[in-house]
Amino acid sequence: MGGGLRVLNRIADSPLVERLGLEERAQQLVYEGAKRAAETAAKAAKRLTPKRSGDRPRSSMKFDLSLSEEQQLMRDTLRRWADDVMQPAAREADDRSAPPDDFLEAFSDLGAIAMAVPEVMGGAAEQVSAVSQMLIAEDLARGDMGLAYAALSPLSFVNALVHWGDDDQRASLLPSFLEGHMTVASVAVVEPQPFFDPSALRTTAKKRASDYVLSGEKSMVALAVRAKWFLVAAEIPKAGPRFFLLERDAAGVEVTEEPAMGLRSAELARLKLDNVRVARDSVLGGEAALKAEGKAAYDDAVNRSRIAWGAMALGTSQALLDYAIPYCNDRIAFGEPISHRQAVAFMIANIGIELESMRMLVYRAAARIDAGLKCRRESYLARTLCSDKAMQIGTNGVQLLGGAGFIKDHPMEIWYRQLRAIGVMDGNLLL
Amino acid sequence: MYLEIPKSLKLVVNQAHQVAKHVFRPISRKYDRAEHDYPKELDLLAALMDGLSAGGGQRGAGIDALQQDEGSGQGVRNGANMSTCLGMTELCWGDVGLALSIPRQGLGNAAITAVADVEQRKRFKGAWAAMAITEPGAGSDSANIRTTARLDGDEWVLNGEKIYVTAGSRADSVVVWATLDRNLGRAAIKSFVVPQGTPGMEVVRLDKKMGIRASDTASITLTDCRIPKANLLGTSDIDTKKGFSGVMQTFDNTRPVVAAMGVGVARAALEHTRKLLGREGIKVRYRGPLFTKSAAEAELIRMEAEWEAGRLLMLKAAWMADNGIPNSTEASMSKAKAARVANEITLRCVELCGGVGYSEEELLEKWARDSKIIDIFEGTQQIQLLIIARRLLGKRSSELR
Repeated sequence: MGGGLRVLNRIADSPLVERLGLEERAQQLVYEGAKRAAETAAKAAKRLTPKRSGDRPRSSMKFDLSLSEEQQLMRDTLRRWADDVMQPAAREADDRSAPPDDFLEAFSDLGAIAMAVPEVMGGAAEQVSAVSQMLIAEDLARGDMGLAYAALSPLSFVNALVHWGDDDQRASLLPSFLEGHMTVASVAVVEPQPFFDPSALRTTAKKRASDYVLSGEKSMVALAVRAKWFLVAAEIPKAGPRFFLLERDAAGVEVTEEPAMGLRSAELARLKLDNVRVARDSVLGGEAALKAEGKAAYDDAVNRSRIAWGAMALGTSQALLDYAIPYCNDRIAFGEPISHRQAVAFMIANIGIELESMRMLVYRAAARIDAGLKCRRESYLARTLCSDKAMQIGTNGVQLLGGAGFIKDHPMEIWYRQLRAIGVMDGNLLL
Repeated sequence: MYLEIPKSLKLVVNQAHQVAKHVFRPISRKYDRAEHDYPKELDLLAALMDGLSAGGGQRGAGIDALQQDEGSGQGVRNGANMSTCLGMTELCWGDVGLALSIPRQGLGNAAITAVADVEQRKRFKGAWAAMAITEPGAGSDSANIRTTARLDGDEWVLNGEKIYVTAGSRADSVVVWATLDRNLGRAAIKSFVVPQGTPGMEVVRLDKKMGIRASDTASITLTDCRIPKANLLGTSDIDTKKGFSGVMQTFDNTRPVVAAMGVGVARAALEHTRKLLGREGIKVRYRGPLFTKSAAEAELIRMEAEWEAGRLLMLKAAWMADNGIPNSTEASMSKAKAARVANEITLRCVELCGGVGYSEEELLEKWARDSKIIDIFEGTQQIQLLIIARRLLGKRSSELR
């Protein structure tokens, strides 16, 4: 079509057409040509429409923001739990730097972990979905980001097993997460250095005899003190970064508390690995993971982590907005609610706009995974936007409450501290 | 959930892109320089679009097809709102001013589709309708317009002055906002279709502008201008409870399309800047920390993230309209976000490219001039923020003013 248009443009521009009174004729020609082209294209499109029903081929998929029934059900459950259980527990958990005693058990009872494991592996999911996982992260972070981080850490460990574990690893580890009480496990990717890059790890895994030796430090690992298992990311010289299954009791593993600005209720700790020997079959995915597909799996994990932290930004920002609105409507200054002033109201509007902006980027990246599309660019852009906007929303939330936002009578200051984590955390979770 | 452009609309996107690339871009600078010259290439384009429409290729696309769909009950729809937004994105990647000058694609056409009854839709089919709201004394404050409409027998008599009418001299009719009774506020404001050439309506001036110079922006006077009674769109009843809703319906459908203009022009600037900076060795890689990249690469990535936000908010608002979900807040969000990032991006791209960006040798400086209007017309940034804030806070316009 392009070549034809170029020609037509030249005709239109030609003084000849005008002088000869050919405009109408030229227009008629264009009309007929375009009509024919469109008819042909429409017919071709009809012929190509696939007839089979059932699982939808991507070619016939429509832009669609709606959730599946299953996702909506999970969402309703988790939101109620976030509002009724997590939010009221958030302050004390932040003070204690630990989740409430029964918190992880209660989360396990909600069935989120079973829903992350396919039926064939002993779970309850017909199909695992990155969108479902992302919605769980969003809804939990609406309750409290620190507690959400705690709950999602074992779930991330399970996700990794489901996505990339080999049969033996799944068979030996998954049942302990699905039967009765919750096994505590955590993912350790982030390292304590400026410019941390999950694709350029300082933690190494060096081959010695038939084993690997892990050395390095992991930072802000959730539940590390009580975890039984870790999934540790380490660089294998020449092969690149891979995940290793590591037992807490292994010799050379040292865990020390690492309190931080926020996320405190996730029981953050530093994980020091001093020449820790692990067996050869500890590489997630086994022998096959040492090839290129193992590198691809690791890259996939990096994307999934970025989407998970983006989802955390959404939940906490939504909680913040839902709190700021009634506050600004109730707070009287100069004889009227402060929300009647544009300086205040526009901050609310901008929180709404940027929250929805973040949401669309994060949702899209997750939806691409479910559609079998690449998402490195999309998850990178989502992370870039969320790092900036989440903190902007956090600081403006405190600003809207003024002094009240700064004192601990309100949850605003927790959200401020937690939203700063979005730009920092690049790992330790995955959908 | 699936947030990609559906394959069913790729044809629309591709057609619009071809037009933008092969019709608009080559004449973009020409009509930027020759402000107020009629771009005769567009008559051919209008014929082309009519042909596509008749052939079934672009069914339901275009400004005149915009409406809130009832939802067919047969699953999710990607309909006229989305295809129009996607088409407009491509056209404005080519040239915003020319996109605003396509015959029969005026903003007045959206008003006719949104508010007109069946008889009127039929009668005004094929019209090219401009939209006349702003007056010298009332811009954003559109409830305060002074143009009046008085019923005299079977005719409305219009009196007043309208400015900033996009396509006001080229369109064959103008949708005019006028009040039936200034004492009754916004509820009394109605829209009227005035055919060009009606005695009493006169184009008195064409504005010289900083950007979108290919598009004519007219001042129009109405002096005892008489039109048939049946040219009032919607009902003449003054329902003070419903207030503005009749005439304002239009905006829920058109604001995502204006967002699309921002998305299009910003993509043009981003793509071209990447190309020019690529020659200087700047590559965009979506890996590694943002802070260890060159400032230029990091800036390109940040802008791209902001641009995606505007684009996806536009798609969301259009999707809602296509599926019968009320979208006033989302329509305003899409317009506010896409317009402001479009302006920021186009200006930053000029800066990133330095003298080349500022010079008329490239179109970057033109895009930076064109983009500014997108954050102003169809409701300024500040009006969008007011609308969004009122919705979020649950405030009336009398409370949050």
